[in-house]
Parts: sequence; structure tokens; C-alpha cells
Amino acid sequence: MNKNSNSYIFIYASVMVVLVAVILTSANLALKPLQDKNKENEKMINLLSSIGIDADANNASELYSKHLKKEVIINENGEELSTYANGELTGSKRAFGVNLKTALYNAGKGEVAMPLFVMDNNGETYYVIPLFGKGLWGPIYGNISIESDKNTVAAVNFGHDSETPGLGAEIILPAFTDEFKNKQIFKDGEFTSVSVVKGGVDMQTKVAKENGVDAISGSTLTCDGVTDMLHDCMINYVKYLKQEDK
Amino acid sequence: MAEEKEPMFSPKNIKLLTNPINVDNPITKQVLGICSALAVTVKLEPAIVMSLSVLVVLSFGNVIISFMRNGIPSRIRIIVQLVVIAALVILVDQVLKAYAYNVSKQLSVFVGLIITNCIIMGRFEAFAMTNKPWPAFLDGLGNAFGYAWILVAVAFFRELFGTGSLMGLQIIPDSFYEIGYVNNGLVLLPPMALFAVATIIWVQRSRNKDLVED
Repeated sequence: MNKNSNSYIFIYASVMVVLVAVILTSANLALKPLQDKNKENEKMINLLSSIGIDADANNASELYSKHLKKEVIINENGEELSTYANGELTGSKRAFGVNLKTALYNAGKGEVAMPLFVMDNNGETYYVIPLFGKGLWGPIYGNISIESDKNTVAAVNFGHDSETPGLGAEIILPAFTDEFKNKQIFKDGEFTSVSVVKGGVDMQTKVAKENGVDAISGSTLTCDGVTDMLHDCMINYVKYLKQEDK
Repeated sequence: MAEEKEPMFSPKNIKLLTNPINVDNPITKQVLGICSALAVTVKLEPAIVMSLSVLVVLSFGNVIISFMRNGIPSRIRIIVQLVVIAALVILVDQVLKAYAYNVSKQLSVFVGLIITNCIIMGRFEAFAMTNKPWPAFLDGLGNAFGYAWILVAVAFFRELFGTGSLMGLQIIPDSFYEIGYVNNGLVLLPPMALFAVATIIWVQRSRNKDLVED
């Protein structure tokens, strides 16, 4: 057989492509349930860690239902569109299932439906806001938990897909995330968010000390991404957070 | 194979395994895979994980290509090789996501980078296309080890001097910093990996004059 004839090449290529497609599709279908379970677990672990509870893949869902007060989806006026508490769902959708990227995109167009997690730990209530934004090379994400005064930051955690190792990737480390503790998202009743600032919070005048944290040297763009992410995500919750204060 | 007269670990086969580690090293002699040697050597941990992934993809890919070698039309052989690499890498990625989620999260970008690793294409083209599966497997292993030790050596140097730690654990004691020792930020930048690789090449060639091209 002439292996360089056009028909051989076409047949060879088609068979190969179909075969590879079948192998990859079946691998994907077979492994999908496990992969989704892992993603769900990770989401729960991250939510739990933002209120100071360490969980692993084995006990994540148990601890999550124990510490969850309610999941809510809020609209632009801070009203609850749907609520999920004690295993009962009021409204159309659980906040846990909301795709944050889509929700933020829709919020930008004026259709606000943002997820919020109200959790408790040792009797303290925390409002956990999920975050999603742009880093230097790819998406960055995380959670920020606000204490019951709806102003003070209890903790944050971040994740990233492809920030530079040793530089931007350091945003996930405690050395950076611990800085956010006890910072405030409001100043004189106005929403300011928490900003990541260059050159040390103490040395500058742009941002009040309680609204800023030190950036990581060498990762300006990732840190700017963190600032934008915090602002753009949290601004959707301002009305909700202020409203219950009254 | 039954008709194989050559023993599994004949001197020739052993050479396939050991040569790439030293005299025929993929990075320092064949100058393949330099790009990933720059990208993943900022820290030791990703360097090790990357080496392991390349080991899996390169040795299995070599075997698969070697089995297919008589059927591949030579005009589209590069495309066939690429499809094999891409399919293997996606499979590895999917399996990691399902069974070793934490590892897959650390690897994220690096898994994709394996596809572009020129060592894999280089060995498919130079060796697996013309050799039987078993030697091809050994060649894959040997080259992956040769790649791995350079990566780990460079990453060791860069993490130690760049961040003062190894595998994320602090190595250089605080007292050093108090005296005035400062981490070398330059080491974290890609060009320094080239200097490190060049130093290894220099040492290697000054010890073995056969490697010096005229």
C-alpha cells in the first residue's frame, strides 16, 4: 500500500481523529462526576476557610451544612431573591450554584443577582462574599468574610489559575491574606472597599490606613487585579449590608 | 516480543537510559525544552511535578508512536505526533482533576505547557519513529530524567537564592537577614534560569571535551 497517497493520508487522519475524540470524550464523561464533586468540595472548603474553619475533602459538606446559616441571592436593591436555609429553598435557585462570572457580567448590565453566604462560627455571624476578577495572566477568585458589624473584614482567601509563581501567585499566601484582617470596607458610611496599595499603607495618603493593605513587590498588576476584584464584587452588596443596619 | 534476540537490558539499551542524563542531555546537549526550563524553575515544587508529568507523557508517547511508526504517513507525521501528545496531556489532566485535585490545581498551566515541550516532539521524531517500543520507552525515560535533573538543579538554585526557601520552607535563617542578607530578586526572573543552564553546560563541557563543537 502506498502510504503517501492522498487517500491513505485522509483515511489515516480521519480514523485517528475520530478515535482520539472518542477516547477523550469517554474519559471526560466517565470522570466528570468526580471532577464536579471535587470542585464543589473546593468551593465549600474555601467558604469555610474564610470564616476560619479548616476542612478537607472528606468533611467539607458536613461542616458546610453545620456552619451555614443561609445562602441568599440578592438584587440591586439588596432584597433577597431566593434563600436557602436548613435544606429548604425559597425562590428559584441556590446561591451555591450561581456562576459568579456570569452573575458579575449580568450585574454589569443591570441585572443584579449576586450570591451571598451567611455563615456562623462559635455564635459569630459572618457574611461571606464570593469574589471573581482578573489577574495578570488569568482569572483570580476568592472569598471575603465580613463580621456581623457588616464593616470589618474577618478574613479573605484568594485563588488564581496562572499568576506568576513567586510573584503574583503569592496573593494566596497567609503573609498577604492576613493583612486584610480587621480592615474596613466602609469609611464614614461610604463604601470604599479595601485597596491594595504600593509602597506601604503607612507611607501614603491616598487610602486611609483601615481601608488599605500593602501590595507585593513585583506583582503590581496582580495586586491591582485584587483591588478591582474586591471593589467590583463588593459594590453589589453595599445596599444589602447597609439596609439591615437600620 | 518473542523474536527479540537482544536482552531487555543490553548495554545498548542501558546507554539509551543513561546517555541523556549526561552526555546527551536534552537540555544541555540537544538544547530542547529550554522554554519550560525557564518557566517552571522559579520554585522547586512545580519543577518536580513538571518533571514527573513530562516523564509520563514522554515515555508513554514514545511507546505509542513507536507502535504506530509503520503506519504513519510520513507527510503528516508531525501532526500525528502532535495529536498523540495533546491526547495524552488532556488525559493526564482529566485524570488528575478527578483523582488528585490538589496536584492538578498546582499544575494548572504546566499541564498545557507539556504540549509545547520540544523534548517530546524531538524524541518522537528523532527516536520513536525509527525504533521498537521497548528501546523507545527507555529513551523516553532517560530523556525525562535528563530533563528532570537539570530542572530540579536550576529550581533549587533559584528558589534558594531568590526566596531563601526550598519547597516553600524557609532555609536561610532569620539571623542572616538581620545581619543584612537580602534575597536576590533577579534570580526569580527568567533570564537567570538561562545563566544557570549555561553554567551547567559550561561545567559539563569543560569536564568532557567530546561535547565541545568546533
